[in-house]
Amino acid sequence: MTISATKEGLHSSTPAYTEFHPRWYRPRVSVYWWLGQWRYLKFILREISSVFVAIFVVVTLFQLRGLLGGPEAYYRFQAWLRTPGAIAINLISFLFVLFHAVTWFNLTPHAMTVRVGGNRVPDFMVAAPNYLAWLVVSAAVAWLVWR
Amino acid sequence: MERTSNEAFLWSLFSGGGVIAALFIPIYLFLFFLAAPLGLMTPPTYERMVALIGMPLVKVYIFLMCALPLFHWAHRFRYTLYDGLQVKHLNEFIFTFCYGGAVVGTVLVAILLWRIG
Amino acid sequence: MPDTVLLEIARYSPEQDMEPTFESYRVPCPKEWVVLDALNHIKDKVDGTLTYRWSCRMGICGSCGMMVNGEPKLACATFLSSYAKNGNKVRVEPLRYFPVMRDLVTELGGFLDKLASVKPWLIRHDDSPTSGEFLQTPEQLENFRQYSMCINCTLCYSACPVVGLDPEFVGPAAIALAQRYNKDSRDQGAEERMAILAHPEGIWGCTFVGECTQACPKHVDPAGAIQQYKLSAALDWLKSFIMPRRRGEGIHDDNIGNQGRTA
Repeated sequence: MTISATKEGLHSSTPAYTEFHPRWYRPRVSVYWWLGQWRYLKFILREISSVFVAIFVVVTLFQLRGLLGGPEAYYRFQAWLRTPGAIAINLISFLFVLFHAVTWFNLTPHAMTVRVGGNRVPDFMVAAPNYLAWLVVSAAVAWLVWR
Repeated sequence: MERTSNEAFLWSLFSGGGVIAALFIPIYLFLFFLAAPLGLMTPPTYERMVALIGMPLVKVYIFLMCALPLFHWAHRFRYTLYDGLQVKHLNEFIFTFCYGGAVVGTVLVAILLWRIG
Repeated sequence: MPDTVLLEIARYSPEQDMEPTFESYRVPCPKEWVVLDALNHIKDKVDGTLTYRWSCRMGICGSCGMMVNGEPKLACATFLSSYAKNGNKVRVEPLRYFPVMRDLVTELGGFLDKLASVKPWLIRHDDSPTSGEFLQTPEQLENFRQYSMCINCTLCYSACPVVGLDPEFVGPAAIALAQRYNKDSRDQGAEERMAILAHPEGIWGCTFVGECTQACPKHVDPAGAIQQYKLSAALDWLKSFIMPRRRGEGIHDDNIGNQGRTA
């Protein structure tokens, strides 16, 4: 009589040892897992900011379409911008876009470790040039639009 | 290996789009879609806008400002749907909706920019 | 300073239960006690059937990971007194996102398979040095030292939502350990590891939540390791797109200059 420690023992002609497998408890992850912790919620909000980035592009598309259509079409677009609904959408988009920018710049040092002379550059010194670039670009655009 | 090099490419678009979105969008959004309608600044006239967008550098700037962030959204939203809503079984549909949408938006921006000025 | 603290501990016996239940134990709370001390007290004096893993009791073996009030912690490194302020209640559960074998003991086979799949050992194609050992400058050591601190406690797996949502995701510790070897100047195996890592269930599954780095008791920063690998994989793709690679060149060409350098 041979004893083989295989799971197929039940199907072979010789008696065999069936490995004992206790019932593991496997909880299912809830669809609302991201509400369980504030840090998870913050993460999801950060990801949702991309939706408002897309909304901004759509609004810009309408702006460009208005410009293509002539002065009256552009004027109608600008009138839409002044409606409370538009102000609300754009304000919320602005807040989320800011949230995106800040979280993005603050995470950049983790994605790119910069070493100077064997020492690792501290995080804020990798983030700082990003913020500076942000300031410069914004100033340049503002100047171009206002002058 | 095909799928992995796809992911590297798509992540690069996401990454570039994230940088552009962070740098270019806030000021544009603020000036044109908040400051002007709320009366905090007098918006440029129609003629000035068309003249500005007529400049090739401005066209490129606006194109980058719209196209890359769309792909940033596509990638990030795709993963949010996978993780947040656990709808991974709708894989192909999500993929097409996200990246297809980004492609459509990019094409529209290109067409509009080409025809202005 | 309160004298006692109430521990609510998840109990699960596969022969009797379909689901875990909670049992409460009131234990003394001396100032220097950690959660592990409380568990040992319960097992010794109150309920000998309580089952959990522990070993070194000083935060280096990685055995005693569990959820303490919803956060993944090492039981030997979590002081009871910090929870005594919240109405003296401490909820202890097995690490999240792993199957539970019994009480606080999780099944780690899945994690160990994922770890082995990234080949966490030095891979060399050349021979070992004939005399002496490999030389490594402090800068070269610094490239990977942080990732070598991992104690395989799997707290990062319990912190990472993607691990819970996608059972195939390789996970933070495995990728950090792969990077520990990829960035080691003595290693020549980056190309081999790439098949597992540069895969939708490898690094690309990660969405940089960052919770793994928060949970890590040894400051390994697996999130940073993953993002850096994403960046190098993207740059590598770009390089191969612009200049199709000749066979034999690896993803980390900076190692080529250091290979085989010995005393």
